[in-house]
Amino acid sequence: MATKSLLARKNKLSKPNEQLRFLSNGIFADGKLPSFAKKLKASEQFPLNPNTIEILQINVGYMCNQVCAHCHVDAGPDRKEIMTRNTMQQCLDVIKNTGAHTLDLTGGAPEMNPNFRWFVEEAFKIGVNDFIVRSNLTIIRSNPKYYDLPDFFKKHNIHVVSSMPHYTQDMTDRQRGSGVFKLSIKALEELNAVGYGKEGSNLQLDLVYNPTGAFLPADQKALENDFKKALKRDFNIEFNHLFAITNLPISRFLEYLIASDNYEDYMFALVEAFNPTAVANVMCKNTISVSWDGYLYDCDFNQMLDLKVASKVQHISEYNEKVLQNRGIITSQHCYGCTAGAGSSCQGSVI
Amino acid sequence: MANNYYDSSDLKKFGEITEWGEELGNKFFEYYSKVFEEGALSAREKSLIALAVSHVVHCPYCIDAYTKDSLQRGITKEEMMEAVHVGAAIQSGATLVHGVQMMNKHKKLSM
Repeated sequence: MATKSLLARKNKLSKPNEQLRFLSNGIFADGKLPSFAKKLKASEQFPLNPNTIEILQINVGYMCNQVCAHCHVDAGPDRKEIMTRNTMQQCLDVIKNTGAHTLDLTGGAPEMNPNFRWFVEEAFKIGVNDFIVRSNLTIIRSNPKYYDLPDFFKKHNIHVVSSMPHYTQDMTDRQRGSGVFKLSIKALEELNAVGYGKEGSNLQLDLVYNPTGAFLPADQKALENDFKKALKRDFNIEFNHLFAITNLPISRFLEYLIASDNYEDYMFALVEAFNPTAVANVMCKNTISVSWDGYLYDCDFNQMLDLKVASKVQHISEYNEKVLQNRGIITSQHCYGCTAGAGSSCQGSVI
Repeated sequence: MANNYYDSSDLKKFGEITEWGEELGNKFFEYYSKVFEEGALSAREKSLIALAVSHVVHCPYCIDAYTKDSLQRGITKEEMMEAVHVGAAIQSGATLVHGVQMMNKHKKLSM
């Protein structure tokens, strides 16, 4: 598996335009498969418009201690994009003054941002209904300076959402890198030890399941039951919910699909599984994604494709929920990933 | 037309069999999807049975389909291979148990 980002490897897929071009050519240009817009039109859901903005998903930087094979962010230790304290302050002002009630911090590894703890403390003071940190788990054990993160999370009532693609080492390490499974188990034990994911505790610990290859997730509830049974049996680990998230065909997962000659079959599978009912609940309907440099996007995937919101408000410094409410959501073929089967979002399936 | 008997892309066209026999085709697919629903057996257990049977009946389409289905359900490669061995054991057992018939016949015909 690669140990550097597409960007560091100077791979042409590191460029958003190249990815978008790829996703519009081939099977979509020759009519073998309908474009996402055409599919939305056929189910009378085009253009896609947002509902009330409830969630602010903030990407505080692309730096990460891992280089996962499926990463849609193309994150890694070599990525230097980091949100400044100034931009964080602008995010805090938005949380304070608008209707968004859920804060969702992502990355990279959000904990690697030097202002991460300051930001959490400030946001905690303001008070949000649900304060999510997407932690890759291994960061907690990667360096002694992160060892106290479970206590820090607990102190600020953080809702921890962590990636765990399988309850076995083999499948986890294939996707996330050698040694990741063991470190993740250790981190989960420590989160459990301070009360996370335990019955009767308010400290929420959810796991994210991403398929470890060119296939779609099965039923989320069945997977959750299997994960709970296996992690309890093998490691005495407990957690609250499992979110099954479909891999979207962008960035490093797109690279993998092409290199393994799975791209066309995967896109056929996504299109075949298109579920018009899932469209009503996709996350771009109630979420705004903020990039490390403060620009606004319909979702974290559009952020990576550099598809900024179609609104005169483009930056967190000029945030206006009414103006943003009236935008049309920008879509391309990657959006099939969120509408397949039971749908997919950062909170798992949507129906 | 492909110049070989099996073409993996034909699996996508399976549904087209209803075009030449709508009623029976539809009844089959309805039955098929009902069979694989959660029941007294879990959908996961059914997937492993299907994978084993796919090997026994030598169906390459089924092997593709249920390998993928197993992956989607989080079934490990060890579980999948064990299921294939169950199929193989039954199949080889079915051959070998006929050895009794051979022995019976041999004994009957021999002095």
